Amino acid sequence: MKIMFVLIGSSFVLAIGFLIAFIWMVKNGQIDDDYTPSVRMLFDDGTVKKTDEEKV
Amino acid sequence: MIETLNKNTKTTCYHCGDFCAEERLVLNDKSFCCNGCKNVFMLLSENNLTSYYSIEKTPGKAFKQSIGNKYAYLDDTNIQSKLISYIDHKVARLQFQIPNIHCSSCIYLLENLYKINNAVVGVRVNFLKKTANIVYDVNKISLRQLVELLASIGYEPSFTMNDINQEKPKNINRKLLFQIGVAGFCFGNIMMISFPEYFGLDNTTRHYLSSAFGYINLALSIPVFFYSGQDYLISAYKGLRKKLITIDVPLALGLVVLFVRNFYEILTHTGLGYCDTLAGLVFFLLIGKWFQQKTYDSLSFERDYKSYFPISVIKINSDNQTTTVAIDKLKIGDRILIRNNEIIPADSILLKGKANIDFSFVSGEKEPIDKELGEIIFAGGKQTNGNIELEVKKLTEQSYLTQLWNNDIFAKDNASKVETFQTKVSKYFTVALLAIAISSAIYWAVYDSSKIMGAFTAVLIIACPCALALSSPFALGNAMRNLGRKKFYLKSANVVENIANMDTIVFDKTGTITQSNESQIEFMGNPLTQLQKELIFSVTQNSIHPLSKQIAQHLNISSAIILNSFDEITGKGIKANVGGNDVEVGSAKFLNITENLSNALSTRIYIKINGENVGCFVIKHAYRTGLKQVINQLANQFKLHLLSGDNEQEKNFLQSVFPTSSELLFKQNPADKLIYINTLQGNNQKVIMVGDGLNDAGALKTANVGISLSEDTSSFSPSSDVIMDAANFELLPKYLQYCKNTMKVIYVSFCLSLMYNIIGLSYAVSGTLSPVIAAILMPISSVTVIGFTSISTYLLAIKMKNRP
Repeated sequence: MKIMFVLIGSSFVLAIGFLIAFIWMVKNGQIDDDYTPSVRMLFDDGTVKKTDEEKV
Repeated sequence: MIETLNKNTKTTCYHCGDFCAEERLVLNDKSFCCNGCKNVFMLLSENNLTSYYSIEKTPGKAFKQSIGNKYAYLDDTNIQSKLISYIDHKVARLQFQIPNIHCSSCIYLLENLYKINNAVVGVRVNFLKKTANIVYDVNKISLRQLVELLASIGYEPSFTMNDINQEKPKNINRKLLFQIGVAGFCFGNIMMISFPEYFGLDNTTRHYLSSAFGYINLALSIPVFFYSGQDYLISAYKGLRKKLITIDVPLALGLVVLFVRNFYEILTHTGLGYCDTLAGLVFFLLIGKWFQQKTYDSLSFERDYKSYFPISVIKINSDNQTTTVAIDKLKIGDRILIRNNEIIPADSILLKGKANIDFSFVSGEKEPIDKELGEIIFAGGKQTNGNIELEVKKLTEQSYLTQLWNNDIFAKDNASKVETFQTKVSKYFTVALLAIAISSAIYWAVYDSSKIMGAFTAVLIIACPCALALSSPFALGNAMRNLGRKKFYLKSANVVENIANMDTIVFDKTGTITQSNESQIEFMGNPLTQLQKELIFSVTQNSIHPLSKQIAQHLNISSAIILNSFDEITGKGIKANVGGNDVEVGSAKFLNITENLSNALSTRIYIKINGENVGCFVIKHAYRTGLKQVINQLANQFKLHLLSGDNEQEKNFLQSVFPTSSELLFKQNPADKLIYINTLQGNNQKVIMVGDGLNDAGALKTANVGISLSEDTSSFSPSSDVIMDAANFELLPKYLQYCKNTMKVIYVSFCLSLMYNIIGLSYAVSGTLSPVIAAILMPISSVTVIGFTSISTYLLAIKMKNRP
């Protein structure tokens, strides 16, 4: 049963890692704007979608 | 390639979606309503940015005025330094407020600005705040050129006096998120460690595992208690010192008891402790708090006159040269030049030019006022008739209009003027809780003294009003979001509750229940011949009645025929003889005409020429659509009042719209409105003020709830609790009803959480509360309450949309 302590210890390390990642993310301002990045990632660079343009 | 077409069919502009006038511009098979739009399209297609038009249809905004020298003040280094947040010898960075940001295409275009001008290093748009962070090369472009570039593609940044005078709150409070993170982390781990214990362990494993697990749990609960839960402890302590029992008192009591009992049980090996309950409680509470803290970043609810005035004005120096100066640098005696459509920044005397000032936003009067040379013009009016020259008489801060802000009401923070339902309940709740805890302790003192402490603390733990504390934040937070989706933006979630308690509504007239500053006139009947027009014009021109004046203005004929006779019967109509023709103008009753009455918000003026009915002029009031229905619906539940800065011209009509019990007051200045609201409140009425302009600012602030109507939510609106899209005016009764319904949801969920408390208490008083039951009951009750409030507020929101 001593293996339990190893498992618990490693799960703690993992969880603390996530906690640090969360704090880092908040400090970095990544959750200040939860809308714009969702739109930004959909933009293509420089190419025009011809099909959409014809519809107008 | 470019040609001008004449077509009768209505086409919409490829850039902005407006209807193109008969003379439209065509380029590459695409129609444009104006040169401005066409130029933007050309600029974008040259730079390979036509994706702008494929992300969203017609994303542009029409802009028909030229930029000219408008931004000359940005060359002033003093103003520059206040706007730019970072600058070195190469680049500068600053944040612009761009009200026009409204769709995905906007983000695309602005972030690709470097393709149009390579002096732009980078742009980051924050869509929700409608801001753009721009880094640009100071050696290639000046701030003024950058702003002009933005303006030329339709994204004009807005600058107000506020931007340069006030420090913006820089860092958003992220503490709550850290607290949630820590609480969540501890909660998860404590749960994981506590689980084996709940499922049962055989005796040998229990022996060495459970004490180790206990210590780990204890260690994890320390940050939860001292960091994540600190706000509840502090707020309860502060409340008690002011002799206030808020919901935080029983919460803090529960937290402290939980924390102490955990230590006692684990260190003395007498039990498992309730670490998971403690962590879960704090975690859920913080989530509720976070949910309630939603704010609308792009809207400002705290604006004062400073954000209404421009930053700078053109000053005329003694040598007749002009310079731009910041408004706060203006001195008494300075000569300033105000161009068409500019706002007068300070009380001043007219020196030169034709002043025709529109005060509708400031005083509520809808007609622009002519001013003679030498007359005082109050700050805040808008010049509508060419350039004028003025001499400053009073500084902006001391002008007639801005003095309103010196009233005490603007210094007071009246956030906590109404006692919330939650606070009311928590008083009784805390007393009942303590009574039960103490009586169960007394009971066990008599029958089994070993259970005294166990039962006493268990009562305080299990009755800890977590679900109770969650129901308000979730119901109100949800309601706020649902209303926000319907363009009814609340300053904070608590406003929902305030609205639900109101019993009186005061309306402003101009801009609030009327739509624009002009009413429309149409002629109904066979088209008038030129002679008939001249006859009617000659008659109406001679009358001083406002309606006759409007008709005369509408006909707009230069030559009048001399009248033979003219007889005006006040309030009814005119009989006249013009060059041998009998002309009668007036109401249907006056001319003995039977009219097909409709409920439309319009006034009809009938015309008889030589005894023959030729038709009528329909004067549509620019009242908002559905005004009558809105007033009728509201009259059932509220006392209604009308305060107008305008004259009594439309009193008769308004009396027909408002119920007879309503007070209609005219010619009210901003201070009158404020005092009127105060008087109503003195009579124990709870007042909602609905207004739009600066003249309502005092009233909006004094009222228990101030709702400011805005044609464009990104433009100026005076400080208020609610900003509402004016286009949705007819939904006002539904919004108010929704707030009331939300309160009913809260009442029901309070009952639900009380039920859980009673179940838990039955275990607690009998001294048989095991950590498992506490650990199950607490989250279940919280989740039920959250689920119930979320679903029912959502269903109510759907109902709000569907009802006719």
